Amino acid sequence: MTGQKSCENSSCCGGSVSLEPLASIEDLNPGYLTGWISRASARIPQVATRMTMRDHLDSWNLRWRLGRPVRRVPPGLYAVGNPGEDSPVLVSANYKMSFDRLRSALPGLDTWVLVIETAGVNVWCSAGKGTFNAREIHQRIMESGLQRIVTHRTLVLPQLSAPGVDSNELSRLSGFRVVFGPVRAPDIPEFLRAGMKATPKMRRVRFGFWDRVVLTPVEVMGIRKWAFTGFLVLLAVMWLRERPVSPAGALSGALLGAVPYAGAVLAGSVFVPALLPYIPGRALSFKGALLGLLWALAYAARSYPEVDWVASVPYVLVLPAISSFLALNFTGSTTYTSLSGVLEEMGVALPVTAVAVVLGVVWAVVRAIV
Amino acid sequence: MGLRYLSKFVTLELDEEKCTGCGLCLEVCPHGVFSLGAGHSSIQDRDACMECGGCALNCPSGALRVRAGVGCAYAIFLGRLRGTEPCCG
Ligand code: SF4
Ligand code: SF4
Repeated sequence: MTGQKSCENSSCCGGSVSLEPLASIEDLNPGYLTGWISRASARIPQVATRMTMRDHLDSWNLRWRLGRPVRRVPPGLYAVGNPGEDSPVLVSANYKMSFDRLRSALPGLDTWVLVIETAGVNVWCSAGKGTFNAREIHQRIMESGLQRIVTHRTLVLPQLSAPGVDSNELSRLSGFRVVFGPVRAPDIPEFLRAGMKATPKMRRVRFGFWDRVVLTPVEVMGIRKWAFTGFLVLLAVMWLRERPVSPAGALSGALLGAVPYAGAVLAGSVFVPALLPYIPGRALSFKGALLGLLWALAYAARSYPEVDWVASVPYVLVLPAISSFLALNFTGSTTYTSLSGVLEEMGVALPVTAVAVVLGVVWAVVRAIV
Repeated sequence: MGLRYLSKFVTLELDEEKCTGCGLCLEVCPHGVFSLGAGHSSIQDRDACMECGGCALNCPSGALRVRAGVGCAYAIFLGRLRGTEPCCG
């Protein structure tokens, strides 16, 4: 019943990762490695529960997509604290931030963490793509010799991996019973203390202000190439229109001319996510168009009372279209939009935006000629 | 807090005849769509479903059906351009 199992090697929501083999944890010797423990004639790396400066830097780089950020944790079994044969086994994606979030939730606990290969993609996205799946977990169990290291037969999976993991299949394959843990890592200690029981609240995904805001850098960085291209076009237009002026004049003209578009981009990719619950409407494209329209009107009215409405019409058409398109894009990052809803929304929003942009451009061109 | 999406298009279906009331769907659903009573699960908040597919994949008796997939406009858009399934990048 789950479809969409293509493009397994791309990361969710932008930026693809190539799956080069990772060096062993021993060679890599990352900051989170604190030592080694021996169990059932296996040496198992032990990891820290405290985040270092490096870890925070990693997260920052991942959020802003800077350089070649550390994405992946070598798959395999890890020890947190000093776990034994009856300690719980928590399964994690090998996205660095997922792994960090998990281990930093476990200070003072003795647990095993089984990291599986999800191509450096977080739990939810990799489950949606199907890379976080029963066969992959089974394979990591076999490779790590987990059956010899623990005597119990229970795995704790992140709840949000359910769209990718058929837990019945995993039990059949591996002989391990599956318990779905809470949505958020910080709830894990309480979940374990309660005998692996999650409260209904722990089962619900949240999408609060900060959850949304930390996603906006990805949105902004995702369109930087488009923004740059747009700016070059604007520069060319300025140059053609006011040829006698200096290059500096054209540049400052383009910078000024870019202000309305930059505002529309911010409205769609930062303000819509941040203010999501407070903007009227349900469709994200609608919310985007609304903020874009407000911005366009504000921009048009900047020289009030002498507003040149004829010159402002293209802005009123194009700016909401930009914000609307970018807001629609945010459906990829939300935790509540459904495929069917997005399809419906796209069916309306894309044609409308296209028409608005064409009308806006035609209006501007006609006005420039006449 | 009421973050609600377009709801009338949700494709989730529950076959109460097949359901054994094991409760697994309540466990995996991140949006509290199901409730348990009278020996079987029922859909109590269908509008909240985001079609992640976790419940249908894990239901041991095949009582659940949903068109699951990434509800991501960009992925769908790229997929259409390339004539493939929705694809992120
Ligand atoms: S998982 Fe399936 S069988 Fe179990 S309660 Fe839900 S619908 Fe019924
Ligand atoms: S598809 Fe996902 S959101 Fe919808 S009912 Fe099933 S588990 Fe809940």
